Amino acid sequence: MIEQIRTSLFHLLLIAALAGLYFILPEYHSGVLARVMVLAVYAMGYNLLFGYTGLLSLGHALFFAAGMYGLGMAMQHLDLSSSLGILAGLITALIVSAVIGFLALRTSGVAFMIVTLMFAQAGYLTILWAGEYTRGDEGFVIQQSQRVLSGIDLSDAGNRYFAALVLFAICLFIIGWIVCSGFGKTLVAIRENEERARMLGYNVQRHKWLAVIASGVISGAAGAAYALLFGYVGATFATVQYSIFPLLYVLLGGAGTTIGPLIGTVFMFYLIDFSSELTNAYLLVAGVALILLTLFAPQGLAGELRKRVMPWLP
Amino acid sequence: MEFGPHFLLASLEGAVNAAVLALMAVGLSIVFGIMRVVNVAHGEFFMLGAVLAWWISSLVGAHPAYGFVVALIAAPLIVGAIAALADHFVLRRINYDPERTIVATIGLLYVLQQTTLMTFGPEARPVEAPFNKRIALPWFEKTAEGFSMYWPWGLGTTTYKLAVIAAAAVILIGLWIFMTRSRIGLIMRATQLDSEMALAYGIPVDRVYALVFGMGAAIAALAAVLVVPIQQAHYLMGHDPLLLSFIVVIIGGLGSIPGTIVAAILIGMSDGIISVFFSPTVAKILATLLVAFVLIFRPQGLFGKRVA
Amino acid sequence: MAAVTLLSTKGLTKQYAGLTAVSNVDFELPAGQIRALIGPNGAGKSTFVGMLSGRIESTSGTVRFDNRDITTLPAHRRIAAGMAYTFQITSIFSALSVHENVALAARRASSRAVNRRVTDALDRVNMTDRQKHIASDLSYGHQRLLEIAMGLVQQPKLFILDEPTQGLSTSEIESFIQLIKSLAGDTTILLIEHNMDVVMAAADYITVLNFGEVLAEGTVEEIRNNQEVQRAYLGTSHA
Repeated sequence: MIEQIRTSLFHLLLIAALAGLYFILPEYHSGVLARVMVLAVYAMGYNLLFGYTGLLSLGHALFFAAGMYGLGMAMQHLDLSSSLGILAGLITALIVSAVIGFLALRTSGVAFMIVTLMFAQAGYLTILWAGEYTRGDEGFVIQQSQRVLSGIDLSDAGNRYFAALVLFAICLFIIGWIVCSGFGKTLVAIRENEERARMLGYNVQRHKWLAVIASGVISGAAGAAYALLFGYVGATFATVQYSIFPLLYVLLGGAGTTIGPLIGTVFMFYLIDFSSELTNAYLLVAGVALILLTLFAPQGLAGELRKRVMPWLP
Repeated sequence: MEFGPHFLLASLEGAVNAAVLALMAVGLSIVFGIMRVVNVAHGEFFMLGAVLAWWISSLVGAHPAYGFVVALIAAPLIVGAIAALADHFVLRRINYDPERTIVATIGLLYVLQQTTLMTFGPEARPVEAPFNKRIALPWFEKTAEGFSMYWPWGLGTTTYKLAVIAAAAVILIGLWIFMTRSRIGLIMRATQLDSEMALAYGIPVDRVYALVFGMGAAIAALAAVLVVPIQQAHYLMGHDPLLLSFIVVIIGGLGSIPGTIVAAILIGMSDGIISVFFSPTVAKILATLLVAFVLIFRPQGLFGKRVA
Repeated sequence: MAAVTLLSTKGLTKQYAGLTAVSNVDFELPAGQIRALIGPNGAGKSTFVGMLSGRIESTSGTVRFDNRDITTLPAHRRIAAGMAYTFQITSIFSALSVHENVALAARRASSRAVNRRVTDALDRVNMTDRQKHIASDLSYGHQRLLEIAMGLVQQPKLFILDEPTQGLSTSEIESFIQLIKSLAGDTTILLIEHNMDVVMAAADYITVLNFGEVLAEGTVEEIRNNQEVQRAYLGTSHA
């Protein structure tokens, strides 16, 4: 109980700080932060599976893309409104993650990584193959006139920032609640010692499946929000690279912490942003970061913080 | 062209694919078989081999054959050395933990690929083949007087492509002899069976691992040097071969070299043949799904035996 | 003793690629009893217990628990039906706190008053002062006790203890025997044990397995005097 209150309070402070930042930051940086918050939601979804349940997926771009295309296709071809588009994105992500989870969870470890990678690759190729509807690599733009949610124009920079913040806040509280709940603690137990969890009477397979679905839907929500807020849907977001980004964000920020994904996304985004001004080979930074993190800080920034100064960090 | 000649052409192209793929995949398979790690940067070692082949042959100048021969020896050695260094400074330090190794080799993938982009640039660059004589191929036709032979337009191959197939076969046989007959091969296999026991018997497991990792990368580079006169060198060229060799290694049964070769021939040939008749995208979708389902329902590979 | 049967097997058999590890075992365990399962190495004890808890699939035969046929139930549902199981090799959540280890076991059984039940269980093994310790920092003996507390907190109908005294010191074994005796009446215990002193001191009744078959069953006194049992034990390294 105390744990739950402390966690909620901590998250509330974080959200208030992010809201305040909008009025302090110059326009360019608040624009970046809006994008970072949406990507951080993606990373939070990833973290639920990787950080808390201990399952390393290399195919989360499929869930991100499921949300993105679920919304995009519904708005583009069925002329649905934004709110129904979001619903379509969430349902698509739910179905995709339920099916992929059911299949991929028959494997574990390295095989799980490769199976998720292959499914995501098949999904990416399917988007290219169905180019007539998806416009393939080129992608398509969601018209400004459509990007309105209950009367609020989401193409406006200020509205966009707060829409991203609302999404981030909702997901942060959902994650905070999951982590403090018995369900979340069981996920940690599975990560720590799967056989022991099973022999305490937990249905491990079912918990893992629910974790994949929760993780997939949150990732899908990020994908749908990205399309709606930034008005573009494209196959790039389904590539292997977009499966690796959340892994990178979470590793950098700290796996198995609620704020790690945000910290990791902020750092990585600025690192790449900065280096892409210097060279077109900006992904070099991502590569170097991945190697250094696995070598020297497998706990990430928030993980080190928890270990050294703030053991209560959720 | 009619179906028959078209099919023969597709099979010949497929055989070249299969030869290169078999080399790539065996490199990946040896590393997995002996070290039990998945090297995601394998495609980048292939790419490095091709880029180095371009660099070396343009340095040597002279007749294309000289440059090519130098590249054939030097590129695999350089790539192997880079891989051995990566093993020493990265993989060894994380104790070859399977999951962390994948993350680290993804990092390595970006480092190699992006460094190549910074130095070599984004262009695709050709390497001239040492010899390249066109051979027209005949086809048979049933006429009123029985079978007669003719030369359909467009049906043919080059001496170089045939040489690639032959070279791959020779390298694979050589590798087989090396692994089964030589002392180093024996040491590698002993390490594969039980690395702790091998260590107890005084085998320097660290050095064996560096050697194996280097050798796997060198084989990929060798495949790239062979293929670069047909394909051109480009900094993103490692992606498709990586995916295909993954597919081959998994379908052939993780770590089994004969299974890998059979699967490489099967996939290489069918990829060539399918892509002539179907959209290559559909072929790739089917192939990736096949890998996923093989891993889920038959993890020992299509040709492997189930281990109890 | 009330002769209600809690657990029984009929014709329970396990074959591994032609090798029969457990052959046609009929077994009955009345509620409330402390039963020891003994036998030389390779007698099939672990396989038999694996088939009871559901970790190992049986080749043929049936298992009944608490008036239900559980032969086809997966392990986690057997545990949820009222079995608790401690591993032969200590298996705990070593990165988590002692409290959280026990709480994980408590929460599965019921979400009510978790903290109080955790404290009670830890109290029974004399570990209340170590609640906040990380499990991996505990001594080996305390890790074994922690595992027993994780079983107790579930208030199981049947508590399966797979070689619980392995690696414990003499004084730790002494208090373990006291602990088991204090549970008599609350729960039914199936104890797989090598240490004959523990068996003789703690068990009501003994089943002896040899070559995958039941060699003998009886009270401590009967087993002690059984010629066949003595021969089976003398035929191996165990005296």
